[in-house]
Amino acid sequence: MFDAPRKLIEVSGLKIHFPIHGGFLRRRVGQVKAVDGVSFDIVEGETLGLVGESGCGKSTCGRALLRLYDLTEGSIRIDGKEIGDADHATLRRIRPKMQMVFQDPQASLNPRMTLSRIIGEPLDEHTNLGRKEKLARIYELMDAVGLNRSFANRYPHEFSGGQRQRIGIARAIALNPSFIVCDEPIAALDVSIQAQVVNLLEDLQEKFDLTYLFISHDLSMVRHIADRVAVMYLGRVVELTTRDRLYTQPLHPYTEALLSSVPEPDPSLATLRDRVILQGDVPSPANPPRGCNFSTRCPRVMDICHRLDPQSKEVAPGHFVACHLHDPRINEIASEVAAEQEAHQEHPTRRET
Amino acid sequence: MTEPMPAQPPSMAEELHKPPRNQWLDVWDQFRTHKGALVGAFVFLGILLAVTIGPLLWPIDPTYIDIRARNSGPSLAHPLGADQLGRDMLARMMAGGQVSMAVGVTAMGLSVLLGTLIGVLAGYFRRLDGPLMRLTDLFLALPLLPLLLVMVMLFREALSARFGPEMGIFILIVVAIGLTSWMHTARIVRGDVLALKEREFVLAARSIGTPSRRMITRHILPNVLSPVMVSATLGIATAIITESALSFLGLGFPPDFPTWGRLLYDAVNYVQQYPSRVFWPGLAISLTVLSVNYIGDGLRDALDPRIRGR
Repeated sequence: MFDAPRKLIEVSGLKIHFPIHGGFLRRRVGQVKAVDGVSFDIVEGETLGLVGESGCGKSTCGRALLRLYDLTEGSIRIDGKEIGDADHATLRRIRPKMQMVFQDPQASLNPRMTLSRIIGEPLDEHTNLGRKEKLARIYELMDAVGLNRSFANRYPHEFSGGQRQRIGIARAIALNPSFIVCDEPIAALDVSIQAQVVNLLEDLQEKFDLTYLFISHDLSMVRHIADRVAVMYLGRVVELTTRDRLYTQPLHPYTEALLSSVPEPDPSLATLRDRVILQGDVPSPANPPRGCNFSTRCPRVMDICHRLDPQSKEVAPGHFVACHLHDPRINEIASEVAAEQEAHQEHPTRRET
Repeated sequence: MTEPMPAQPPSMAEELHKPPRNQWLDVWDQFRTHKGALVGAFVFLGILLAVTIGPLLWPIDPTYIDIRARNSGPSLAHPLGADQLGRDMLARMMAGGQVSMAVGVTAMGLSVLLGTLIGVLAGYFRRLDGPLMRLTDLFLALPLLPLLLVMVMLFREALSARFGPEMGIFILIVVAIGLTSWMHTARIVRGDVLALKEREFVLAARSIGTPSRRMITRHILPNVLSPVMVSATLGIATAIITESALSFLGLGFPPDFPTWGRLLYDAVNYVQQYPSRVFWPGLAISLTVLSVNYIGDGLRDALDPRIRGR
């Protein structure tokens, strides 16, 4: 979609399943399919927004990209290097390139370490700077994220939420990474502080040529910061396209519903628009529905949706949707599936396509 | 940038920002504000000095028998009186204090070390959790006295031959107490480590690439310090008392060798006639335990930056 963009991150068929242990002997009785077959690329220098409701696997996906979880299946390439099955030593060498900003700035900072030690930790691990050089670098980072240098000796509990998030960001950029996963970095912050932090992230992106995976459930914020947006539902990416296309002409019914939930600031417009209100709850990722994951709540559900899982298709250049509605071969597939079922079962099945 | 830095000449900036301070100085500053801890530290140091330097100033042999002074009350010759054999109580208190304090501190150290090690390993490495916790259960289920009895029977001769009778018994008792009292620390530490391991700052450190051993020393251990501190201070008390019990049963030091516990048990028979003989060793044990508890309390507060400055 861009002129020969260099793909920094390539994810294909990523699956993260967490085992469920139960019963008297704590045997494995099932698995939570937190991420179930996700593929996307992130181009160097862009911000990919990852949105979806709570529990759809956004954070798991982000953490898996940094190999904080072991993959069940799939591959992750960063800068052409496969890290999906890399061992600890290999990973440790790649770690400086990819960093993370966490959701809860309070929980992501060790309460017993001073600010200078927190920001200095990545430097301790990956560089051999002397005392003075390290301190100079820490001060430089504190300047970059807008923290007063005299805070260096303080502890995390002495800071406000926004300042703590700045500490987390300073730690993330300490090693000059090329890729940062921002795992809902603004969710725990006040609205006024959210803007500051997002602006800071944008400034840093410009200054240090960073690539972001920006995980959020705040659609307006994603619209502000992201270049492309991936929408997740129940462990799958249902739609992936450029920001403008997604917000002007969403194709997947779930994206439509999600977008219609964004509050409209103008009251006269707000009364006019027709909200898509989804019925029911998200199915359990331990027991996803047959066929399309969204089929239980989709306002435009068809018969085939309950039978066949839609594959992600590129319906327009750079616009991927996993929905039967937008599959040009839908009628062929539907009749194929129906014929197959008829062959298997004696009694005729109902068809409504 | 969203918050512009005030423009300052670099030399001025250097002066304004003090380099990171040694954190132990902060700890000491906070410790000083805890009155109880300060008093406790003074009392503990006082007892320590009394039992180490005291014998130099009061050079009566604690095993010397002055039969004419037996059961005598306080006098100039025997400020704390003499026992039923006429041995000087003050000298015995000081000699016993050396042993009791040494046993208490080393046995506590050993038990806390073992408990923390096992707790951290079990909590941090999932694969070790099962075996190590079953081992802990096993030790908790063992009947202590028969175990100690067997240990003393098996190793007393060998250790005495190797390190001399007193040192041998000392090692035996310290190891025996240490080996049989680490389980509670291990359990508490394991629980805390399990909770800590899921905290985001551990995940953050993992995303930086911090290897496990530095993860434990940098992030896990400082955060489990409070429960370790508490069990350490309680451990000294238990160790001193267990040592007394062992001596009383004849499993510890030889009968003529004074320890606070031994003095206490010897005096119990005469508690009706000479209550002061129970009073002094009892007071010494209580004061030591109490002061250690206060020191532990103060240290725990001082080591937690969130409480510091309150």
